[in-house]
Parts: sequence; structure tokens; C-alpha cells
Amino acid sequence: MSILLYKVALLMYALATLMSLVAVVRNRGTEGRRARLLLLLAFGVHTITLIVRYFEAGYTPVTNLHESLSFFAWALAGVFMLFDLQVRMQVMAAATATLVTVFMLFGSLMPMQTQDLNPVLDSFWLPIHVGLSFLGSAVFTVAFVAAILYLLQERMLKSKKFSALHYRLPSLETLDRVNYRCLKFGFPLMTMGIISGAVWAESAWGTYWSWDPKESWALITWFLYAALLHGRLTVGWRGRRAAIFAIIGFCFLLFTFLGVNLLLPGLHSYNSMSG
Amino acid sequence: MDIFVVGLSHKTTPVSIRETVAFAPERIGDALGQLKEIHCIAEVVVVSTCNRVEIYAAADRAEEGVEAVTLFLAHYHGLDAEQLSKHLYVYQGDEAVRHLFRVAASLDSMVVGEPQILGQIKDAYGYAVEHGSVGLIMNRFLHKAFSVAKRVRTETNIAGNAVSVSFAAVELARKIFDSIEGKTVMLLGAGEMCELAARHFINNGVKEVLVANRTFSRAQTLAQEFSGRAVLFENFSDHLHQVDIVLSSTGATSFIIHPDQVKRALRQRKQKPMFFIDIAVPRDIDPRVNNVGNVYLYDVDDLQGIVKANMDERQKESIAAEEIIDQELLQFKGWMGSLEVVPTIVALRQKMERLRQREVEKTLSQIKNLDDQGRRAIEAMSQALINKILHQPTAGLKRAQKGSEAQPYVDVLQELFELEIEAPKGEMKQVDQDLDEH
Repeated sequence: MSILLYKVALLMYALATLMSLVAVVRNRGTEGRRARLLLLLAFGVHTITLIVRYFEAGYTPVTNLHESLSFFAWALAGVFMLFDLQVRMQVMAAATATLVTVFMLFGSLMPMQTQDLNPVLDSFWLPIHVGLSFLGSAVFTVAFVAAILYLLQERMLKSKKFSALHYRLPSLETLDRVNYRCLKFGFPLMTMGIISGAVWAESAWGTYWSWDPKESWALITWFLYAALLHGRLTVGWRGRRAAIFAIIGFCFLLFTFLGVNLLLPGLHSYNSMSG
Repeated sequence: MDIFVVGLSHKTTPVSIRETVAFAPERIGDALGQLKEIHCIAEVVVVSTCNRVEIYAAADRAEEGVEAVTLFLAHYHGLDAEQLSKHLYVYQGDEAVRHLFRVAASLDSMVVGEPQILGQIKDAYGYAVEHGSVGLIMNRFLHKAFSVAKRVRTETNIAGNAVSVSFAAVELARKIFDSIEGKTVMLLGAGEMCELAARHFINNGVKEVLVANRTFSRAQTLAQEFSGRAVLFENFSDHLHQVDIVLSSTGATSFIIHPDQVKRALRQRKQKPMFFIDIAVPRDIDPRVNNVGNVYLYDVDDLQGIVKANMDERQKESIAAEEIIDQELLQFKGWMGSLEVVPTIVALRQKMERLRQREVEKTLSQIKNLDDQGRRAIEAMSQALINKILHQPTAGLKRAQKGSEAQPYVDVLQELFELEIEAPKGEMKQVDQDLDEH
């Protein structure tokens, strides 16, 4: 049941992506609104998917790669729509919807069946630790999208060569502000995600920190964002520099999320393809 | 009834001729009055702007109308008709309709997409209404032109991007800053261009204006005008960090703003972005300032390049606009056709009815000893006969009207049956309903 729902949600996300891309190309507000509505509906179906899966599996569905990708895509869509409430940005919507669809598509390529829960994960810390970490990552992904768009817009403004995108993109300051807001929300989430992980590790493995690859990479990523936040607050790192940081940060996030699981075995390895 | 236009515009005629043919607003009423007196012209509108003088009219025979209007234009302005007609263009029927649609949608303007022309046509229509020179056709025609213009404006990007240097600067600022509201502008020098651009920024909500000029008193007057504040030219550099937008047009012969100054200002303002607009020739601002992070420098050529690109974009958008006009033209043609179709059907019916009554009377008077039943039978038979005969042509005409190709049928019917059609008087809906009931 949840697998079928997942496929429906994926299809709807894909449609919403297509529609919002068309809306960007044709630069029409009405189509943009329809695309957003469809995105909201897809998000609704996806939410139901997660709830159904929770009851089918009997645990929070964030324990294998399929479930993680699904939850991450859900968080990304949700976080974006929250940001979108404040400033409507058609191009942002199209780019984010594309990312959500890509993550969903990857998720659909992984084994999707529910399995028996690894006893180590059977804890109330599971939803807290994973939820906080993924929400933080989703916020940083929105920052990543804004950063890419910032660099595109900035290059056009500096070089004075404008493509059609220039007229459709929001202003530099707006994009930079999205970046800052994401940092303000994402950083505490990520910090709490790591701390909750440490507390859980203490109760599960008997030690707060064991330098397993996931922990190390998460820490590196955390330092990166901490540096950006510090630079922003003290010497006014913004604009291009902040955008580049957000992009590098996202690459590290992605590696921590996926790369570590696929390439570097460690304590967090129950989260790989086979589950 | 035919629509036609006689006119001249910036595309066909130099200003030296245009100005002799133009109608001052206070004389349009007079001109409309005289045009109304011309017997072959049923309805008329006079559009007169600095770029065009056009007379739109409806007449039974367009050729006669065109000639009369041309003569009127020449006589009214004391010109030689033959000389004048060299400059005039004449469009009839569909082409006249398309012409007004294009003019109203600003496709025929010097700056494609400029918004004034629509207002000017609305004014022209207003005069015509005021002087009672428009009726059913022109009312519908002009209203259609307004709605076409509106459609073009909302459905295409024809009026989208700035086509003047100062507006282009404002639009760029909108792509750099969240909004212009609350920003601070500094004017260096007090050139006319600079003032104009500053005014655009102020209209868009700039919070504060600083003015620096070599002559301090000039700076003060200007500052007063913008309710801003004047600063000493020697000290302008100390204020750089307080401003978001710098508009420069001094007469300096070498650069007055250098990258180092800008970098310092940027550090002081925590890297908040700055937008420099250099309208001076020779330039005031070292072009390397553009390489400083979070700083955007545009000189006159950059802005003109944008204006040029925007104009090209408008040209491209005009293709989409022409498509909209094609659609609307077809619709309007359909309506014009219906003006002829319905009265033709009515006239045809009336003619048949007259013939029938005459023949029935003749027949009845010839037959003696006919009882009531027999009379009614003959009446009914004759009635049924003309209904049967007219049924198919009526249906055919209505079909043709839907496809906007009724004209040839209408012409043939009017010719063959020698129908006399009265000009429609606005009760078209009524006629339409009557017909549907048959």
C-alpha cells in the first residue's frame, strides 16, 4: 500500500516539476500557482505515504536508503513550501521540485519493501535524531538551490550579459536572504541532530562519539556551516562567498548522507542499500 | 457598411508635414462636426497625436468615404489634396480593423509597447462620443480595440522591460536589491540625466538622497528639490559606505572613484551590495570597480546595451501580439458579418411575405364560394411554402456567418432579390431573437 502511494506521490512531484518548469519558461503567474498547488497535493499524498508506512512497518520509516530518500524528499518539499510562503520565487520552486523528484526517483530504484527493524534502531531516539538531521539537511538544500541561482544571477549582472533567466530570477539580495535564513534555521537543526545522535550513541553503544565515518563527515560539514555563520555575523560574508559556501556545504551533506553509506562502512551502516 | 482609415504617421511622414495636419484637442470637436456633415460618412473618429493623425470612419461605400476624408483633410488644413495624399495611407475593411488594433496595442508606435497611445485613442473616442459622431459600428470597433490592447499587454511581454536608460537603471537595481524602498542614493554631479534617473529612483521609494556637486550651492538646491541632503564634493568618499546606489555624472576628466575607495566603503558596510551607475562621458568611475565583490558598475554603454536588447525583446514579443490581433480580427469580422446577415434575412423574409400576401389576396378574390376552411388552407399553404423555401438559405447564411464568410452570399442575395437594407440601429439582439424563433 505505502509503495503504491509512494509511486503516486512520485508521479505527482514529477508533474508538478514539469508544470513549474513550463511556468518558468513561459513566465506566467497562473501556471506557477497551479504548479504550486500540485506540489502541495503531492506533498499531501507523500505525507499520507509516510504515515501508512509507519503503521505498516511498525517503526519510523527512516531505516534504509529508500526510506531515507523518501523522508528527505518529503522534508525538502515541506521546508521549501514554508520558505515559499514568505517570498514567491518561481525559479526556486521549479529547481526545488526538480530536486525532490530526483530524490524520489532514486528512492524508487532502491528496494522498497519493509523489513524487520534492526534491534539497535528500536529506540525513541530514531525519529528524533534522524528527523532533526534530515530537516536540517533539507533546509541546507534549499540554501543550495538559492546559492546556485544566486551565482547565475550574479554572473549575469557582473558580465552584463543577460539571458531570459535574468528577468525570471529574483534579486541578488532576496536570494542571499534565503541563504541566510536557511543558515539560521538549518544550523540549529543540524546541531541538535548531531547532539541527539551523540546522546543516543551513548545509550546504544556506550560512547558519545566513536569517530565512525558518518560522524566524522557530519562534523566536518557542521564546521563548514559554523564557519559561514560566523563569517556572516562578524565580517559580513554574504553574496557570492556565502553562495559558494552553501554549495560546498551541500556537497559535504550529500556525501555524509549518501557517499558514506555507499563507500565507507561504519557503525551507521545499517542504513545502506540492503538495510 | 465598411470601415476604413485615412491617416499618416511617423512611419510615413516627416514631422514637418505631421504638424500641419495635426488637430489640436480644442479643434477636434469642430473637425468631427464637419466630418459628420459629409453625407457618405456614417460614423467617424479622429485620432491626433504627435506621431500620427488618423481618421477612422464607417461608410456605405468606402471609396467615396476615403475620397471625402482626404479632401476634408486637405481643405481643413489648407493643403493641396494631391500633395497631401502622397503621405497618406488608406486601409479598408479587415486591414483598417487590423491597423487600429495594432496602433492601440502599441505595435505601430515609435517605441513598441509604449503605453501612451492607448490613452490617446481612448481620448479620441471620448471626443467622438461627446460630439455624437459614433454609432453602433465605431462603438463596437473602438471597444474591441481597447480590449485587444489590454489582451496584448497582459498576455505578452511587449511592455515588459525598460527602454530608456534611466528606467533600465531602476530595473537593474531591482535585480540587485530586494526592493528599492528604503535604499539610499548618492548623486555625484548634477547633470540632467543624473537628475532624471534620480527622480525615477525616488518615485520607486528611495529613502534618502545625498547630493554632492563641485558647486555646493547647486548641490543644495538639488538636495532641497529631492528633500535630501547636500554633502561637500571633497568629502563624498566619506559618505560612500552610507549609500546603496551611486549615480555619477560629473564633468571630471579622470576617474573620481577607484576600487580602493569602494573596497573600503564595502568593509565599512559589511559587504552590503552597492550599485554604481556612471552616466558621465568621460567616465567617472574606474571600470575595475566592477570586479570588487558585491559591487555592480554600469556605464552608459552598458545601460544602452540593455535598452537595445529590451527593444529587440519587444520586437520578438510583437509576433505573439500579432497572433492575438489575428484572432480578435476574425472575431470582429464575424460580428461585422452579422450586421449584414441578420438584416438581409429579415429583408428577404419581408419581401417574400409581401409577395405572398399580394398573391393570396389575388387568389382569394378570384375564387367564389370559398368557405373559411378553404381560405385558411390557402393561407397556411402559402405560409408553409415560403418557410420551406427560406429555411435552407437562412440556415446556410447563419452557418456562413459563424465562419465569417457570409459577405459574398449577402451580396448575391441583396443583388438578386433587390433587397433594400436599412442600416442597423442597435437593436440587433432583438432581431437575432426574432430569427431564432422562426
